[in-house]
Amino acid sequence: MKYIDEFRDGELARGLAKAIAAAVNPAREYRLMEFCGGHTHAISRYGLQDLLPSNVRLIHGPGCPVCVLPIGRIDSAIALATQHDVILCTYADTLRVPASNGLSLLKAKAQGADIRMVYSCDDALRIAQDNPQREVVFFAIGFETTTPPTAAIILQAQRLQLSNFSVLCNHVLTPAAMVHIMESQNDPAAVAIDGFVGPAHVSTVIGSGQYEGFVARYQRPVVIAGFEPLDVMQAILMLIRQINDGRAEVENEFTRAVTREGNRKAQGLCEQVFELRETFDWRGLGEVPLSALKIRSEFARFDAEVRYQVGYAQVPDHKACECAAILRGHKRPADCKVFGTVCTPDHPLGACMVSSEGACAAHYTYGRFRVEVVAPVDEA
Amino acid sequence: MCLAIPARVTELLDGDRARIELGGVHKDVSIALVEEVAVGDYLIVHVGFAIGKLDPVEAEETLALFAQMAKIDPANPAPYQ
Ligand code: SF4
Repeated sequence: MKYIDEFRDGELARGLAKAIAAAVNPAREYRLMEFCGGHTHAISRYGLQDLLPSNVRLIHGPGCPVCVLPIGRIDSAIALATQHDVILCTYADTLRVPASNGLSLLKAKAQGADIRMVYSCDDALRIAQDNPQREVVFFAIGFETTTPPTAAIILQAQRLQLSNFSVLCNHVLTPAAMVHIMESQNDPAAVAIDGFVGPAHVSTVIGSGQYEGFVARYQRPVVIAGFEPLDVMQAILMLIRQINDGRAEVENEFTRAVTREGNRKAQGLCEQVFELRETFDWRGLGEVPLSALKIRSEFARFDAEVRYQVGYAQVPDHKACECAAILRGHKRPADCKVFGTVCTPDHPLGACMVSSEGACAAHYTYGRFRVEVVAPVDEA
Repeated sequence: MCLAIPARVTELLDGDRARIELGGVHKDVSIALVEEVAVGDYLIVHVGFAIGKLDPVEAEETLALFAQMAKIDPANPAPYQ
């Protein structure tokens, strides 16, 4: 497929690996965080870590939308479906995330709650139109890539004067989470980070200019990269060069889809519909100031939080689950005692094992396979 | 959720929508979030909405840059054996 296959060329990947090997200073370490779950997935799927010199270490970041959604938010969604008898529409990824009391959206559905999986938030709007006698809530989650579609359907619901449709908004912001990661660098458990592989499609929406303040303040290079393996390799090479030169700049490897301004139209719609929350509780990161969006009061009738007076209670993760430390980049999936034993994609204990963008799921699906092939003794 | 890959526009439809093709699969998506979409454009689609367009000139330049970085002549690949 065009714009996909060329960016997965194995020959070029090996060439870039050689260029990286030639560029690294063997006397130092390069600790690079890939913020996005999409990059985590690509790195695991294509075994990119294996192509890198041992002193270049990739650290998974918190950019997996399902993973950072705290249990309390899923509990609220389940409560809407079970106590308010609404039709709750949700993206597939959230269905299997473990919630309180051994529940998940999928289990609540099996117990009779009307929970429907939608591919697009558009579908949620259609379900509301088709069921005028029922109340329909869309459980909105995700970073800046899924936020503009949510804004678009809220505006559409307003145009259609739908009275039975609302949105439970959990949209979160990438730059705020990056700031939080840098602010917690003093934590003794934190791994020092030398640079960031910046988000791909999030940057398509917000623009590369959004990281300029971050880079100036924290003096860490950010290289925005596409999601294909060659994109990631090239971005790593660009980061290594910046670090070697002592530079900290925003560079853009993904010029085919990212401009400095980003998608102005999408930004405008989001601005119209959403405003900043003072603070938001992230799984793993905890309370992060100015890191999430809520629906503006002009659109209150489409805001499920207002309409059903939805509260939020913080709920701790499963005791054995290391998702929180993994999302902060402090631990790796294999550091979790139940990884691949009690916790698997079929029976996830934590959110990082649910989404294909989650670090644990990516390691389970692609990483374990490599371990088995390369060192069967370890697995016995 | 964020693993969207570029899809080609095959037809413009009413109501800010377009038909796209991806590896032989056709789908209708919203183009309400992007400006000036034409048949043949490649779109980045998330959850049923195009959120950006692909710039073909930049794509070619990036591929050329990879080849240069990897010191491989695109017309004559595989010097590393
Ligand atoms: S393996 Fe499972 S329990 Fe362990 S950190 Fe990952 S998601 Fe949590």
